[in-house]
Amino acid sequence: MNTVTPVRPEDASVNASSTTRDYVTLTIAGQWFGIPVLMVQDVLGPRDIAHIPLADRVVAGSLNLRGRIVTVIDMRKRLGLPERPKDEKGMNIVVEHGGNLYSLLIDAVGEVMSAPEDKFERNPATVDPLWRDFSDGIYRLENQLLIVFNVEKLLEIGGNLGTK
Amino acid sequence: MDELLTDFLTETSESLSVLDVELVQFEQNPTDKEILQDIFRLVHTIKGTCGFLGLPRLETVAHSAENVLGKFRDGELKVTPDSVTLILSSIDRIKELLGVLEETGVEPEGEDKDLIEQLNATAEGRADTKEETPAVDPAPESEAEDVSPIEAGGEDEGFPVAQELIEEVATAVAQGVTAATEEQILAEMAEEHPVEKTAAEAASVEAAQEADDGAADAAVPAPSSLQAPATEPKPPADAGGKSGKQDVAEAPKESSIASQSIRVNVGLLENLMTLVSELVLTRNQLLQMVRGQDDSEFKVPLQSLSLITTDLQEGVMKTRMQPIGNAWAKLPRIVRDLAVESGKKIDLQMRGADTELDRQVLELIKDPLTHMVRNSADHGLESPKERIAANKPETGVIRLNAYHEGGHIIIQILDDGRGLNMERIKAKAIANGLATEAEMEGMSDQQIQQFILKPGFSTAEKITSVSGRGVGMDVVRTNIEKIGGTIEFSSKESKGSTFTIKIPLTLAIVSALIVECGGERFAIPQISVLELVRASANSESTIEMINEAPVLRLRDRLLPLVLLGQLLELGDPAGWTGERLVKDERFIVVCQVGTYRFGVIVDRVFDTEEIVVKPVTPILRDISMFSGNTILGDGSVIMILDPNGIAATTSEVTVASEDSAAADKLGTAGGEERASFLVYRAGNDELKAVPLALVARLEEIDLTAVEHSHGVPMVQYRGHIMPLVPFNPGHEWPKEGRQPTIVFTEGERSMGLVVDEIIDIVEDNVNVELTADQPGLIGTAVIAGKATDVIDVSYYLTQAFSDWFGGQMGGATTVSAEPNGRRLLLIDDSPFFRNLMKPQLAVAGYDVVVVDNADSALKLREAGDSFDAIISDIEMPGMNGFELAENIRSGGQWSETPMIALSSFAADQNVHRGLEVGFNDYVAKFNRDALIDTIERTLNAVSEEGVA
Repeated sequence: MNTVTPVRPEDASVNASSTTRDYVTLTIAGQWFGIPVLMVQDVLGPRDIAHIPLADRVVAGSLNLRGRIVTVIDMRKRLGLPERPKDEKGMNIVVEHGGNLYSLLIDAVGEVMSAPEDKFERNPATVDPLWRDFSDGIYRLENQLLIVFNVEKLLEIGGNLGTK
Repeated sequence: MDELLTDFLTETSESLSVLDVELVQFEQNPTDKEILQDIFRLVHTIKGTCGFLGLPRLETVAHSAENVLGKFRDGELKVTPDSVTLILSSIDRIKELLGVLEETGVEPEGEDKDLIEQLNATAEGRADTKEETPAVDPAPESEAEDVSPIEAGGEDEGFPVAQELIEEVATAVAQGVTAATEEQILAEMAEEHPVEKTAAEAASVEAAQEADDGAADAAVPAPSSLQAPATEPKPPADAGGKSGKQDVAEAPKESSIASQSIRVNVGLLENLMTLVSELVLTRNQLLQMVRGQDDSEFKVPLQSLSLITTDLQEGVMKTRMQPIGNAWAKLPRIVRDLAVESGKKIDLQMRGADTELDRQVLELIKDPLTHMVRNSADHGLESPKERIAANKPETGVIRLNAYHEGGHIIIQILDDGRGLNMERIKAKAIANGLATEAEMEGMSDQQIQQFILKPGFSTAEKITSVSGRGVGMDVVRTNIEKIGGTIEFSSKESKGSTFTIKIPLTLAIVSALIVECGGERFAIPQISVLELVRASANSESTIEMINEAPVLRLRDRLLPLVLLGQLLELGDPAGWTGERLVKDERFIVVCQVGTYRFGVIVDRVFDTEEIVVKPVTPILRDISMFSGNTILGDGSVIMILDPNGIAATTSEVTVASEDSAAADKLGTAGGEERASFLVYRAGNDELKAVPLALVARLEEIDLTAVEHSHGVPMVQYRGHIMPLVPFNPGHEWPKEGRQPTIVFTEGERSMGLVVDEIIDIVEDNVNVELTADQPGLIGTAVIAGKATDVIDVSYYLTQAFSDWFGGQMGGATTVSAEPNGRRLLLIDDSPFFRNLMKPQLAVAGYDVVVVDNADSALKLREAGDSFDAIISDIEMPGMNGFELAENIRSGGQWSETPMIALSSFAADQNVHRGLEVGFNDYVAKFNRDALIDTIERTLNAVSEEGVA
């Protein structure tokens, strides 16, 4: 058509080093994680969680969020970490997946953080395969590393979650 | 005005508004079959309903329009703007007539010959369609009537009343008004008119433009679309106050009936419900805070808040739920009219009308139900003459059943009419290209019957005003599938048809019993709960242990028990074991699944509560114990137990042949039936077993209470004398102590078999291997890995009552036989005899399939099962043995199968009649040796005949 080469989108993103993505940060057993902010429906403080008998051990139970039933996933168990000390109640991050609400039971919620895209990296090969499955990649932030959760993988049935 | 008519007007004006839009779309895409199908259905429905209501003018117009549409659909007629215009004018005419109908309650006088002439001409393809718009009556209402449907269309886009609605509810509640009077509603509707008008106008202008663009060549664009904007919005000043009703009535452009009810988005209701739940929670928290403070100044306002909240909650809940009876309300009239019209006698029975359904679901199944009932009445049932000729009662029966079952709502429509003609379905399916003849060959009757749910399928030979155009059943299916339901159809030629609609419970509210176990609460659907029993060591009901298995004596049955705590891995495992289980106070929820009864042991029982069933998250779906979860009034989330799932995990102790589904399975599994046995010890160390299904109860007889009469030991048992038969003839009766006894009951009679020790209940395959030549034993079976003598209960029964089997007890010598590969079908309604005879026939080497009624037997025939001989009881509820024989002999693949009748009444005339209807032989019940002889003889006779 004409001689002007259009700028390809990927070029644009590479050049614009200032492009950032927003994450809700959280900690589990001292490790920082991030969840894309748009996926988060709600952040809840400690809640009464009703136990579900016979459920997978990573299912902590269910809670009532304004009339909707939310299935709570204990992230410590999901990630194969030691159990949360009894005196710590934990917080809930509610996400929606496939029309159902799930809550990720974590230790504490941090702030919403804008992470620059150029600090993003794939998972290093040495990371525990279980973790590698749950993560899209890692941000090298100044003070610490921020592991980005792949929420869909976290909630995938089958794998670790469907079985005992 | 007649309620039926009111409904009709509301519905029809909705349909018409949809039609306007669809027709315009259709004109633009004349090839779009789907739109055409929709239009066709709508017009068809209007036509059908008019027919029932006795509105001949409307009916003829709709009928002619439908003819044209039918030709469009079949591709016989090209879709031209002119013909669409013609259809649109018909729609206008219908609206016009409806307008008068609404005002006066009667159809206006007059004729529509002009229009019908044109429609018919078009249908026949000879019309000069250039004639454009027909000479429609220059009715002033035509403008007026245009608005209502379009306005309804406007509503669909969202009715901005959320805020007002909440405010209104609040005001109403504050004033203590529970329901708005008609006047108020009308007044409110009037106030809202301007808003609606604007929306309506916008919509119609748009529609008009579309029509304009699409139909540029058309001589006359859709008139309704153009005229709509011309109507003036009613000034708001008109509205309100007492004049409201009058205003509305005067306002010629409003369909007042259509606007007496409003449609609210379900999402809005859902939100309201959520808000109300939150409100309840907050209220509960407040109540908690004030509790114990008698002098709190908040107390009084809180109480009223509490009341209002409860009312509000109930109100919001009610907006969603309606008994299915509402959808049935107009059926009696429809059926009556149809009966009159066709000269049939029809008895419409409705059961379960109070089964509650989500309103949305109800709306969607209303039309399908009407269609199906109409179908049943119109060509399901025969005329009285035909019925009498077919040996049926003159009055045909259409029955509607609705009930909750296993997480679904089941709606059945049954008729006892002529059923489906398989040949005609086949022919039609082939003609319609749905399947080839070769494919048909490979299909079961059941599969072929499902064709009637396909579009364009109608087996009625005559197209009547009611049905027969091939719409209907596919509408039904589409609507039901829309709400995630399924529809099944089964039919027996000359016996009738059954439609079974299954709709998921997801949206429904059910009543549930709240129980506690291991400190957690659960809901058990009330529908499966039979009764509650409180059991403790010193109460009347005590849990007893058979080995490790807890059982409860409940009246004259042994009830297997399930430990919910153990099943769900809850609480302290120590509490489940013998002693504590028996001693502690427990509650037993007696449940029934199918024919299987069992008790669920829980710690506490609370109240019943209406719960909204919510499906569990996919992660939890593989836990079969739960059918859903719910939020209780106090905000807590609990799981809903699934009695089916619980029953499946326990060893089911009823004999599989108790239901016909199991019998079907049995038939194909080749006799490897599992059954439960009560294993005991008596006389010596060998294990003995008796089919558990035969056992009524287990008792421990206090030996001091044993009396003797004519040398026979007996006890007084439940107001009767019960003879005791020691298993071991040389049994020595201790003077005191307790003796375990197995009680058998048939009718009023009981007999106690005295044994040494009850050991266990074991489920295993019935595989009796060896026949013992000892009287009283059927043979030996390997049960739970141990050789066990299976006793012949009949032997002991006749020791107690020599006439137990009607005095027909033969000698107890048993014929030993190798499996001979011959299959027998045994039909008997008494579980006692079934269980008695099955092992004995099995011992004689036959492969026995047992069913409990004639219908189940015929189902096996339909399923293509074949047998070497059929043994049938004569006295059975439903179809008796004679009728069954007649049926079997009348055709089908069993018509040559030898049949042996079996009855406790072996009178001569019975034998005679039995032979007359097609039984090959006749044996009195219970004469085992004679039976086996007869079977052998009959089978030999048949095979010789085959050779010869």
